[in-house]
Amino acid sequence: MNIAVLVKQVPDTNEIKLDPKTGTLIREGVESIMNPDDRLGLETALMLKDAHGAKVTVISMGPPQAIDVITEAMAMGADGGVLLSDRNFAGADTWATSYTLGKALEKLLAETRLDLVIAGRQAIDGDTAQIGPQVAEHLGWPQVTYVSELKLEDGSLRAWRKLPGGVEEVVCPLPAVVTVLDAPQDPRWAMVDRLLWACGPKSPIRVWDAADIEAPAKSTGLRGSLTQVMQTFSPKSERKTDWIEGTAEEQARHLVNALSQRNLI
Amino acid sequence: MAVWIIEENCTGCGLCAKACPYGAMVIEDKLARVTDRCTECGACLAACKFEALASDIEQEPIPDLSGYKGVWVFAETQEGKLLPVSRELMGEGGRLAAELGQDLCAVLVGSGLEPLADELASLGAKKVFLADDPRLAAYATLAFTRVLADMIQAHAPAVLLMGATPLGRDLAPRLSRRLDLGLTADCTQLGIDKETGNLLQTRPAFGGNVMATIYTPRVRPQMATVRPGVMAPPQARAGAQAEVIKQEVKLLDSDLLLKLMSFTPLASQGVDISQAKTIVAGGRGCRSREGFGLLAELAQEMGAELAGTRVAVEEGWIGVERQIGQTGVTVRPELYIACGISGAIQHRAGILGSRFIVAINRDANAPVFSVADYAIVGDVFKVVPAMLAALKEAR
Ligand SMILES: Cc1cc2nc3c(=O)[nH]c(=O)nc-3n(C[C@H](O)[C@H](O)[C@H](O)COP(=O)(O)OP(=O)(O)OC[C@H]3O[C@@H](n4cnc5c(N)ncnc54)[C@H](O)[C@@H]3O)c2cc1C
Ligand SMILES: Nc1ncnc2c1ncn2[C@@H]1O[C@H](COP(=O)(O)O)[C@@H](O)[C@H]1O
Repeated sequence: MNIAVLVKQVPDTNEIKLDPKTGTLIREGVESIMNPDDRLGLETALMLKDAHGAKVTVISMGPPQAIDVITEAMAMGADGGVLLSDRNFAGADTWATSYTLGKALEKLLAETRLDLVIAGRQAIDGDTAQIGPQVAEHLGWPQVTYVSELKLEDGSLRAWRKLPGGVEEVVCPLPAVVTVLDAPQDPRWAMVDRLLWACGPKSPIRVWDAADIEAPAKSTGLRGSLTQVMQTFSPKSERKTDWIEGTAEEQARHLVNALSQRNLI
Repeated sequence: MAVWIIEENCTGCGLCAKACPYGAMVIEDKLARVTDRCTECGACLAACKFEALASDIEQEPIPDLSGYKGVWVFAETQEGKLLPVSRELMGEGGRLAAELGQDLCAVLVGSGLEPLADELASLGAKKVFLADDPRLAAYATLAFTRVLADMIQAHAPAVLLMGATPLGRDLAPRLSRRLDLGLTADCTQLGIDKETGNLLQTRPAFGGNVMATIYTPRVRPQMATVRPGVMAPPQARAGAQAEVIKQEVKLLDSDLLLKLMSFTPLASQGVDISQAKTIVAGGRGCRSREGFGLLAELAQEMGAELAGTRVAVEEGWIGVERQIGQTGVTVRPELYIACGISGAIQHRAGILGSRFIVAINRDANAPVFSVADYAIVGDVFKVVPAMLAALKEAR
């Protein structure tokens, strides 16, 4: 059993603030973390490894410092890692990202069998939730999205999909791509000895550039992107606020009057 | 690859710094400067009005796209009925189609859905593309992808909109990758660029801290998923007629390999707060289940639905189906009353479509007041009982 897990390094959006003067993001001092859904995807893969024995390889596309999420994943229990890093990959939209990840998976497939690719449902910086299905299409494999639990059966997988209205149970043949938003248990902690191994000279982490995965410049990064960012701005409200003063009784009466004048009650 | 400044053209206006999603552009001594945080995403290039930015980022050419016409809305259904988001998309799609001078068309994929064509016509559809087949009765990613891909290739629309529902966000990326189309997820605002006719797709990013406007210059159709509850549904016009165009359904066995084994509905179902006209919502400031009891009384007096923040859900004061916000439901009631809610960005994201917002909070600096029409700085446990009394008095 061979599993590839897609992990992304993202800024911790809880800490991101806008500069009120310039309207730009203040990223200074904002920590980079492993995308939360990807951590759950990794835990899902490691649970399958515990139960059936599997080789788990993590793949991340990003700048050189994205290697940190790969070493962290290996310290948690992954067996190998691939960092996809190249100047040409910068500025990629989801089409170009899924193309690049897809080419890397093809290269892995040329080396070894792959039974399952696990991605997070969405990354907290973009929140697109598009990469999983797009990678599945690149590979021509079926996809199962919104998964919270996964079991392997003879040549297929049984998955529980957590949807707003309830939980759907499906069976899907392998190989397949799965996107996860939850796992049956909290992600495990990184282990120090594994971290030292992943950072040390015997580390099995590989770094691939555009040439390694045979990805032409016209299909990657900003140039390969089919969507472009025109502008960014801070969300604004155009409401004029009526500040209602007085005692609680006065405030309540004023409000009820105002609302009934507007036929809202 | 790099971005640089042409100093004699730069006025130091700061548009590029505003446009940069990474804070990599700074203005110093009335000149822009690119710092090492630049990821070469190119957002600044489009923003500069003075030709003061240059790059060696190569642009792919834009082909002739004039053959692509029509605004298509994927009309998602459940148990043979249109989902509310499908109606919202018909409203928005109609507006876009009018701006482009093109037809609004609806797409129906399923089994036994033909009766919905009249309803879609009443919502503005000039044409309804119909793929009707018993094998499409239940949603299957690969089967729906193939049918839609065939339709798009046969009819070449300019725009395709889908709801950002679990189904839409499973199907749209798959389809966009099959046909090599651009796709923007979870949009909250759409428009048309007057000069180019491009669809302008605005969506929140970085957890709602930033809005980004995205466009798809060189491929058609331009695809976007749209967040449910954000757009207004149109007035239905009874008696309107649409041309129904049937699509031959060709599927492979491999399109139907996924097997649905069971479905366990959530225990606490039965409300859909996204459709409520009036909402009374509470947060941590309501302190307890009893505090929410007081809100429930207010809700009942006003004929409103009860809802709340993620904190209120985590504390067990309300059910998860009543959570409003980024990870909950987006609502657009006539009246939204926020009680003891701070108004974190993730919560505000879900209420901006409300017509009127009332906020009651004892902290005058709470961010919720920045989106309030009526602001009451005060204690929930005093103001809400006073409102109940005033409402009973007014009755
Ligand atoms: C990725 C992510 C997604 C999230 N998604 C959501 C989401 O979908 N929905 C959501 O709601 N949150 C979401 N959150 C959480 C969000 O960031 C806030 O933590 C949450 O909305 C705060 O809830 P609150 O307003 O109830 O609590 P608090 O922020 O603690 O605010 C309580 C408020 O009550 C006021 N108060 C206290 N006592 C009284 C009183 N007696 N009378 C009047 N006022 C009083 C206080 O002044 C304070 O402003 C998300 C967070 C993350 C990181
Ligand atoms: N640059 C990347 N490198 C590796 N995996 C990624 C990358 N971008 C996205 N993914 C994967 O795709 C999932 C969905 O991302 P998104 O579509 O951006 O919301 C993430 O949770 C990751 O598993």
